[in-house]
Amino acid sequence: MQRPIFLKHLQFWKLTTYFALTALILSCSKSFDSNVRDNVLVYCSEASPQSFNPQLVTSGSTFDASSRQVYNRLVEFTPGTSDIEAGLATSWQISKDSKVYTFNLRRNVSFHSTSQFTPTRYFNADDVLFSFQRQWLANHPYHNVSTLGFRYFDSMGFNELLHKIVKVNDYQVRFELNYPDSAFLATLAMDFTSILSSEYAENLILSSSRELIDTQPVGTGPFQLTRYQADAFIRYKAHPLYWKGKESIERLVFAITPDPSLRFARLIAGECDVMAKPLPIHIKTLKNYPELKTLTQQGSNVAYLAMNTQKKPFDDKRVRQALNFAIKKETLVKIVYGDTAVTAKNPIPPNMWSYNSATIESKYSPEKAKQLLSEAGYSNGFEMDLWAMPVQRSYNPNAIKMAELIQQDLSKVGIKAKIISYEFGTYLEKVKLGEHQTALLGWIGDNGDPSNFFSSILSCAATRTGNNASFWCNAEFDRLIRKAAINSDKDTRSALYKNAQLVFNQEKPWVPIAHSKQSILTNQRVKNFTLAPTDGVFFSGVSLVSSLSPDLEGNKAINENDNKENNN
Amino acid sequence: MFYSISKQGINFLASFFVLTLFTFALANFFPEKLAFLYANQIDQSLMANHGTNYDLVEPNLFNSYLFYLQQLFDGNLGISSVRGTSVFSEFFTYFPATLELSIVALLFAIFLGVPLGILAARHKNQWQDKSVVSSTLIGYSMPIFWWAMLLVLFFSLWLGVSPVASRIGFEYDISPVTGFMLVDTLLSDQPYSLEAFKSALHHIVLPSVVLGTVPLAIITRSTRSSMISILNEDYIISAKARGLSPVTVLWKHALRNAALPLLTIIGLQVSTLITGSLITESIFAWPGAGKWLLEAVYRRDFPVIHGAILAIASFVILTHFILDLLMTYLDPKLRRKK
Amino acid sequence: MNSQSQFYLHTRIPSTFYLWWSHFKKNKLALVALVVFVLFALTAIFANIIAPHDPTAQFTEFVHLPPSWYDAGQTQFVFGTDYIGRDLFSRLVLGARLSLSLALVVVLLSSSIGIFLGVITSFSNFWLDALIMRIMDFILAIPSLILAVVIVAVIGPGLPNAIYAVALVLIPHFVLTTRTAIRQEKNKEYVTAMILDGASLPRLFFTTILPNILPPIVIQLTFAFSTAILEIATLGFLGLGAQPPFPEWGTILSESYNNFMFASWTVTIPGLAIFFTLLSINLVGDGLRDAMEIEKK
Repeated sequence: MQRPIFLKHLQFWKLTTYFALTALILSCSKSFDSNVRDNVLVYCSEASPQSFNPQLVTSGSTFDASSRQVYNRLVEFTPGTSDIEAGLATSWQISKDSKVYTFNLRRNVSFHSTSQFTPTRYFNADDVLFSFQRQWLANHPYHNVSTLGFRYFDSMGFNELLHKIVKVNDYQVRFELNYPDSAFLATLAMDFTSILSSEYAENLILSSSRELIDTQPVGTGPFQLTRYQADAFIRYKAHPLYWKGKESIERLVFAITPDPSLRFARLIAGECDVMAKPLPIHIKTLKNYPELKTLTQQGSNVAYLAMNTQKKPFDDKRVRQALNFAIKKETLVKIVYGDTAVTAKNPIPPNMWSYNSATIESKYSPEKAKQLLSEAGYSNGFEMDLWAMPVQRSYNPNAIKMAELIQQDLSKVGIKAKIISYEFGTYLEKVKLGEHQTALLGWIGDNGDPSNFFSSILSCAATRTGNNASFWCNAEFDRLIRKAAINSDKDTRSALYKNAQLVFNQEKPWVPIAHSKQSILTNQRVKNFTLAPTDGVFFSGVSLVSSLSPDLEGNKAINENDNKENNN
Repeated sequence: MFYSISKQGINFLASFFVLTLFTFALANFFPEKLAFLYANQIDQSLMANHGTNYDLVEPNLFNSYLFYLQQLFDGNLGISSVRGTSVFSEFFTYFPATLELSIVALLFAIFLGVPLGILAARHKNQWQDKSVVSSTLIGYSMPIFWWAMLLVLFFSLWLGVSPVASRIGFEYDISPVTGFMLVDTLLSDQPYSLEAFKSALHHIVLPSVVLGTVPLAIITRSTRSSMISILNEDYIISAKARGLSPVTVLWKHALRNAALPLLTIIGLQVSTLITGSLITESIFAWPGAGKWLLEAVYRRDFPVIHGAILAIASFVILTHFILDLLMTYLDPKLRRKK
Repeated sequence: MNSQSQFYLHTRIPSTFYLWWSHFKKNKLALVALVVFVLFALTAIFANIIAPHDPTAQFTEFVHLPPSWYDAGQTQFVFGTDYIGRDLFSRLVLGARLSLSLALVVVLLSSSIGIFLGVITSFSNFWLDALIMRIMDFILAIPSLILAVVIVAVIGPGLPNAIYAVALVLIPHFVLTTRTAIRQEKNKEYVTAMILDGASLPRLFFTTILPNILPPIVIQLTFAFSTAILEIATLGFLGLGAQPPFPEWGTILSESYNNFMFASWTVTIPGLAIFFTLLSINLVGDGLRDAMEIEKK
């Protein structure tokens, strides 16, 4: 051999060049004449799910990908509201002392049939028992399958609350509680109480691959998972035997796009139909894009700056009050939220019942702040760490930006703030351990009940789990919210919570910043999409308008099972 | 020839050895040290007795290294601390996407760069040469993250002729066989496979142009300089004197001799491409190894960081080794050397 | 030059620079690039005087103000403002100081270590040479940015760590350049003559060999300088280098990235700054290379 073979035939180069050019031209022609896209809804989501099991995590993006498409619960929220309606339970009875709940289960509900698992029976009481006992009983064969733990179950206090879960018969289950809980029914509509298949779990034990229960979910929900690539996409197809009837969307794709500007670009380019968590600037410029729609509603959330009351100088109430006066919330709302939020003074949003509108808001006043600081002995100010999460949340579109603005405000009263950020998971872990001095955080109410705010993030119990990031434990406040939690009269509860807000307003463990509106953008193809107040995304009941001309409308869209030839 | 092959073999093994030493040292900087490697190996009771720190099980650094090597040869790179999936299999999910993008980018750079280099060499110091040389400098000086943004802004958002991101339209459900989307779409038995292929092609254009820009500049310049030196060689002048057409001289005589040094330069682009893929993939949401590593860095997923650098560096070392062998085989001078 | 008698070597050195310069200045493009680069360098040096505003001062009433040549722009913010109303021009000017000085630190660090190692390998025995070269080969084998990213990932993000990482990545280039150049010169007659004259090793290196291996090292320096600027900016863009609110160019770009569809100037202008700096350095480097090649012939 004398010469490299590939150079012997220069024709090869020419041919390849032609091929490449043709391919280029071919690829640029936008003549997509088929109708593959017609029954596919693409949702540009903001993050990869941590798991496909809603029992294990607390993040909204995981719920969006799992419980909200794949699973059902005993009771459900009526779409777009916090009202309870029947889910897998058709009806229920509550005992007089509010401690025993009996659920009648729906019949003929099919689980998904996947490549791993073919269900042989309908949904029944065993599945309910399995779903709760896995989280509840430490000796349950599935309790330790995941290292993630059952955070929601624990933080809702279900370990103490539940006394017994009894299978009365195949289609009746009784929950016995240790004490009445006014929000119990609403809690059963929350994501972590989703119903898994116990038959699937038994099969997995036999094939000794238990961990698949969390990664390859089998549920009763409207969509079933078909393929997942982390940080890229999640694919679902409509559950053919869904008890409410098969969805009109054949296939659902989550295009995982953490970067909000890329999400928006994809929406404009038509690559997705629905876009999660738009930035305020996207909504502002929406008039330039007539093909897009925005869905906005006042969310059930709060963004706040938690001050760690266990650490100096925030153990001093006057310092906490000073920070409340020093931060100009109006500017934050204007710049960070682009006026898609209202300033906050209470821990719960104004649209929630029991909101106390009589509490006094700390209006921006650097003078008052300075005065309070010098009373507390910090007339020369001090240095502090200001933690900000690196990710966009629905209650805070850009925490770093907010932190930079707060930094500037604080420097005017002599406080030098240093901005610190960690990857979100690490951030939350470190906050739970109380390593911060001050941290930007937020909370989204999941069940429309004020206790979800007060008990979860401000109670003394929550200082132990670390959800109470101020580590603020006030006896009077705690007494009021405990009393409200076990009472079943709404007016009494409301009065108690209003008093609790007065205590909160006096003690100022936070700087409450804003209650944000939540929005989602869709294009004109998408019909019947509603926003949930809990910031969840549900694709059940959503339909797509076909882009086909009317005479072709009769044609069936292609799906995987069709062996028909495509007409292009 | 045997001598040079064995020498290259030893070099390859030595580089690989240094690499494992480096990654081993790296792993010892991780908060949990080597624990991630035995997470699926040693049973829970041992973990309970010794904690999750491998040092407690095996205090001797040398034995610890042997254990480490053994795990590597078993293909055990541990499991991701965030997702709990095997790092080894994750790498093979993501890497083909990087490879595909890099190959297309390299083809783009070669098919544009070689003719441009020849053009510049033929018209040395004329305007054609000057404009080619200055454009290569522009390409070489382009921060590719910025370049990518500009291209997306222009072609995807203003003109709307190119997709914004990802490998293929989301409406196409293509099951991975080879991991190369352009191949998998054609292998797919879906009725829309041809259309999916078109979509995949459409999606790869912009990222590969971005990724190919720096290699394009380098290849153009190298082609130019080696062609200039070859065009001054006696045999070219004599070929011209014999009355061969300029095209024949250029393609048959000059380019053949320029091909070998060019192959070396192209081989060196492997590193450049992988570096560039880190940025290109994160801007175009391209699910490849670069983005995978970057996400792991943000999440501080140390097993993935460890696995990614080991796998990527091994790949580069291996490619260089194979290219060296190829050069030995192709280059008559090297081949004859005893 | 090799044919020159050694007695004239000392007087030849300054004139070599002069000759380079005389070749260099014939290259108009390179000359323009040099002027541009000097302008950038002056901007960096006098950043405090040039910048009209504090680079971290927020003018919250002027968020996303377009540059002054737009109708909506204002002359006090020449390049407009960013997402929290900071003056982009001031940020870029101070960013120039930051980027150039950081790159300088990186180059000094890596070149001194690299040249030192290069000298060691060329004058040492087989095993030490092999050891150092293996390590250098290894560093070269790992794609530079990936290595830098991993180092930063392990020791933590931030400016100092980014500098170490980039410097480390650049060392092998200096080692290789120095080693190749010395190897070429080592066996030439004028070196042998000096050895026979009994010159000590340092003397042999500094007065005899160094002037002759300078051209490739100078070219390597310009290359390293532009690479350092680019890599630091890239790390900043990826969020692993300078942390906000530091006005580092890459960090500015990554902060603006979210708004590049709406406030495109916050992306295009910093990008142009990086691009023109790199281009001018590369053009100067190219011009130098040509000038030195002509001189060598």
